[in-house]
Amino acid sequence: MNTDHTLSRSLWDYLCSLKLAMTLLLSLAITSIIGTIIPQGNLAPQYIESIGQTKLKLYQALGFFDMYHSWWFVLLLGALSANLIACSFKRLPQIWKVVTQPATLMDEGMRKSLANLATIASPDTALALKERMVQILAASFAAPVVTEKDGTYHLYAQKTPWCRLAVYAVHLSILVIFVGALAGSLFGFKGYVNIPEGGSVTTIAGPGGKEINLGFELRCEKFTASFYDTGAPREFKSLLTVRENGKTVPGYDHVPIIVNDPLSYKGMTFYQSSYGKSGQHDFTVSEPDGSHPVAVRVPSDGSAQLPDGGEMHVLDSTQDVSLFEPDKSGPAAQIEVHGPTGKTTKSAIYANYPDLNQQTAKRNGGPLFGYQGGQESQYTGLQVARDPGVGIVWFGCLLMVVGVYCAFFLSHRRVWVRIQDGEVVIGGNTNKNPAGFELAFEKLVQKIKGELAPGEQK
Amino acid sequence: MTSSLLFNAATIAYLISMLLFFAFLASRLATLGLLGSVSAFLGLTVQSVAIGLRWRESYLMGVGHAPLSNLYESVVFFSWTIVLIFLVLDLRYRYRVIGAFVMPFALLGMTWAQLGLASGIEPLVPALQSNWLLYHVVTCFLGYAAFAVACGISIMYLIREGAGNGAAAAPGMVGFFPPVKVLDDLNYRAIMVGFPLLTLGIVTGAAWANYAWGTYWSWDPKETWSLIVWFIYAAFLHARITRGWVGRRAAWLSVIGFAATIFCYLGVNLLLSGLHSYGG
Repeated sequence: MNTDHTLSRSLWDYLCSLKLAMTLLLSLAITSIIGTIIPQGNLAPQYIESIGQTKLKLYQALGFFDMYHSWWFVLLLGALSANLIACSFKRLPQIWKVVTQPATLMDEGMRKSLANLATIASPDTALALKERMVQILAASFAAPVVTEKDGTYHLYAQKTPWCRLAVYAVHLSILVIFVGALAGSLFGFKGYVNIPEGGSVTTIAGPGGKEINLGFELRCEKFTASFYDTGAPREFKSLLTVRENGKTVPGYDHVPIIVNDPLSYKGMTFYQSSYGKSGQHDFTVSEPDGSHPVAVRVPSDGSAQLPDGGEMHVLDSTQDVSLFEPDKSGPAAQIEVHGPTGKTTKSAIYANYPDLNQQTAKRNGGPLFGYQGGQESQYTGLQVARDPGVGIVWFGCLLMVVGVYCAFFLSHRRVWVRIQDGEVVIGGNTNKNPAGFELAFEKLVQKIKGELAPGEQK
Repeated sequence: MTSSLLFNAATIAYLISMLLFFAFLASRLATLGLLGSVSAFLGLTVQSVAIGLRWRESYLMGVGHAPLSNLYESVVFFSWTIVLIFLVLDLRYRYRVIGAFVMPFALLGMTWAQLGLASGIEPLVPALQSNWLLYHVVTCFLGYAAFAVACGISIMYLIREGAGNGAAAAPGMVGFFPPVKVLDDLNYRAIMVGFPLLTLGIVTGAAWANYAWGTYWSWDPKETWSLIVWFIYAAFLHARITRGWVGRRAAWLSVIGFAATIFCYLGVNLLLSGLHSYGG
């Protein structure tokens, strides 16, 4: 044996080992915590500021901001896969042999090794006893395999031998899920699209804002948001229509989609995700005394620069304030202003009540705002996903759940019977839950005793 | 609301049950142990009725849904599952003393829910309006409860093992614990129940997420922590057949696993932000 050989041998043994499995499982558990504490993906500027440059650089180098896709985390998952495959290669052949080529003869060596044993004396011949035992075993345990050797009959019966393979099915299921996830990330995508009410789209924004052609037209007929009396949201609903070549696709006309009930078409699925208003608002901004008025147009989903260097955006608006404040009328807007000094103020600005706006300006110590009203339309925000790997993932999950169940709750139970003239020896064992098998074995022996020698039964 | 009254009655039954188990541990009087189990069983029955009533009350209010939608309801359900799993274990294996280490978890949950949490029935927000809610929450919490029971048993294991093995050598109350071999086996059996349920809970959660959002896994803190818990118990299951990990270390893994479970359940909601913000 050369050293190369022993080195590769010990490397292989380590790769197959339970120690490695334990190390990997616990490493995955511990390292996974990082990504739940450190924000993932796009970082807020406030966060970057709060941790400082040194930490930022360090975290970036270690891939902490996209931890679950970092090279070292993927390496850990890869190592786990290698460990799973290696240990299966090592142990599966033995287990396979136990399952497919069981020892059907009970020799002396085996008899001594069996945890459960019973001997029954009977005046009958071996042949007659064999016939009876085959019947009893088939009826109360499992149909036996009969072997004759030197005038002795050997019966072997087993239950659920394949459950020994369940643990490998669980290991395989993890690999299947990985394959499904990989297929999804290679051939699928996630995106989103906003469609104004009454409008339609033929493209969506994919990963990194890349435009993806749908190959059909998706129209939003209507979007509605309803709320409970408490103000909590009740339902977000879009009515969608799919059109191809200028014609509505049959069965895809005004399809309602809500959260938890998406629309699928041509491998793409559209999920109700958000909603909002698009449009603009017109304000005038002037000195507190009303001099130097400047017109400012604020987009519904953005902010606008103010003459003094600050910025403002609209939090909420209505074209009829009487719905909220019955003693007032006309348009009103709730605005947030970030002043040039960094001060943030929130206030309500009315179209028809300049003196109220004046008081607000005085109170806030900022410029005077006036509101002319706005034009807004509602849009629905849809998540779009295409994931060809998802079926593989579900197959893996099913395999895992069934495998875990079989691995834990089924056991391979084996019974051997050796029959000679006047004597029956019964032995049995199990690969799991010995206490449960002991009871079942005891019951079986009692039954056999009752059948073979009815007189001796108590 | 009648259900609220019954939840209080169940809480008191669990308190009595726990005290009886403590007394049983101290006195070794079999009757006290039996009464402890009976009290836990009565509490479970009353709580089952209360959960059913609350379910019905939500329908009467016009916002009908399974009572599993907010922190209060989930804590109550968690306590219910802990008592359920304990009683099943008690019926099958008859090691009553375990009650002294498991009932406190159930009592703690109920007391916190009844005294510290908002118990109003709220309508379901759109994200929760799905049948998956029932499958996902029930499987997860049954799994969590099995881990709670396993944790109680592991604590007994560690105490008993620390006090020195052998029934004769162990002094006083500890000598009344089941032998370490039995505790180790019960710990394994509890996790054997919990692990498939947690697996099913994660899978149903992923299926729901895929159905509602188009992503079965997004490394959200709740998802990640459930996976961390899964890794720890997967390690536990392997520890039992790994040299150097059998016994004491496996028991510690079970305790750590339950700590991670609690963090996954409560810590993530209270300390981290993510998709599970409704506290279930």
